[in-house]
Amino acid sequence: MTHPSEPLLRTCLYEEHVRLGAKIVPFAGYEMPVRYSGDIEEHKAVRQRVGMFDVSHMGRYEVQGTDAVRFLRYICTWDMTRLAPGEGHYAAACREDGGILDDVYVFALTPERYLIVVNASNAPKMKAWLQKHMGGFDARLIDRHASTAMIAVQGPEALLVLDGLLGAALVRSLRPRRCGETEWRGQPVFASRTGYTGEDGLELVIAADAGPELWRALLDAGVTPSGLGARDTLRLESALLLYGNDMDEETNPFEVGLDWVVTLADGADFIGRDALLRLKEAGTARELACFKAEDRGIMRGHCDIFHSGQRAGTITSGGYSPTLGGSIGMGLVPPALAAEGTELTVDVRGKPLPVRVVPRPFYKRPKKE
Amino acid sequence: MPNPGDLKYTREHEWVRIEGDTGTIGITDYAQDQLGDIVYVDLPAVGAALTYLEKFGEIESVKAVSELYSPVTGEVIETNAALADNPQLVNDAAFGEGWMLRVRLTNAGELDQLLSAEQYDDFLVSEPA
Repeated sequence: MTHPSEPLLRTCLYEEHVRLGAKIVPFAGYEMPVRYSGDIEEHKAVRQRVGMFDVSHMGRYEVQGTDAVRFLRYICTWDMTRLAPGEGHYAAACREDGGILDDVYVFALTPERYLIVVNASNAPKMKAWLQKHMGGFDARLIDRHASTAMIAVQGPEALLVLDGLLGAALVRSLRPRRCGETEWRGQPVFASRTGYTGEDGLELVIAADAGPELWRALLDAGVTPSGLGARDTLRLESALLLYGNDMDEETNPFEVGLDWVVTLADGADFIGRDALLRLKEAGTARELACFKAEDRGIMRGHCDIFHSGQRAGTITSGGYSPTLGGSIGMGLVPPALAAEGTELTVDVRGKPLPVRVVPRPFYKRPKKE
Repeated sequence: MPNPGDLKYTREHEWVRIEGDTGTIGITDYAQDQLGDIVYVDLPAVGAALTYLEKFGEIESVKAVSELYSPVTGEVIETNAALADNPQLVNDAAFGEGWMLRVRLTNAGELDQLLSAEQYDDFLVSEPA
């Protein structure tokens, strides 16, 4: 959590956001751009062409050493020893009791060098957690948070634009969830075919000194700067989870549909394994479902969900979908009420909003010809 | 966009245009800019009673919901039906096509307590962004 008494941090791209006239808001301890022109315009730019986000606030730590991958396997719910160099995977990091500490992305750079990307809001906590458990492993943590910039370039035209900047050889070699390293104007750049918008694209990491220049080069190439507002509507339409909203330390991976990132079959020990085995056996009392409003009105996080007059759960993320033109949300309800087509009511500040359970995700990008 | 001189303002960023015993109500250009893209405006029905500086509705942007406060006491005689299908009119023309309610005023005395355009300009400067 962010402590209000602590001064807000700025990413190395802060001056770029100000120069572009962005509205700046406090977010996860940083002063971040919420929008430049308009949330919906930026959202559509990403869905239809290409946009970019400053995601330098997200924590980046390199883990090096002969035990680097064994250590990351111990921290993460997914079996990171399956990663070959140039591959990445999403996972949860859990407490002993199976509660989710954070959701993370791990990339294998070489057999003894890995990059773990954590949520901005959890970065100090996760850095401490990694360091606390590193003893006994031949592994070192190198903090790349402040020394690098991270820019997510997302949209159907993202790869086309990046061909011109980084060279098609690298860009076209990266299949989804793969990563690689190249140079741009003499600076090493890490690139991964990942993102948080539901669109194709890359996430780039470069030295903080070179971040503004790369940002401006992307601007010159026609990429639309996009803020936290659009980032949230894009990820919600794609039903991607947001830590602190859709999950927290009191939520386990099975409740929020993260079964696919929990590897139990390899028998390897990791933090939370015993609890997760028990939880999997016991089944979940609540399940994340996707809701679409059947009327005007906007459901938001924390709104209560009702079924037959009884409180049945809570909306964890909700808002307006620019693509669908109405309100959508995700929330935790008993499994029996999570079936597609189930009709429920969301209490929007005292007003009942009828909603229906719809398939996850709300939006899927069209397959390329 | 400058705040029109012929309107009266609240510190909650609503405006009212007085014409005889009728008032037209909306939110200011500053307010719409702070909110970002408006996606839903929840307004009272014709016939509803409004009370000076009390909540009369809600406005939802992509990012957040805000309450609307009435600059006047009176009765709603018309609502801007166009906002139902096109709430972004508030973004495009906060002082024009993005108006929200027409009200029959029942307490002309309270109008003196509202801010002039100049006073509202000063208020915006003093308010932390």
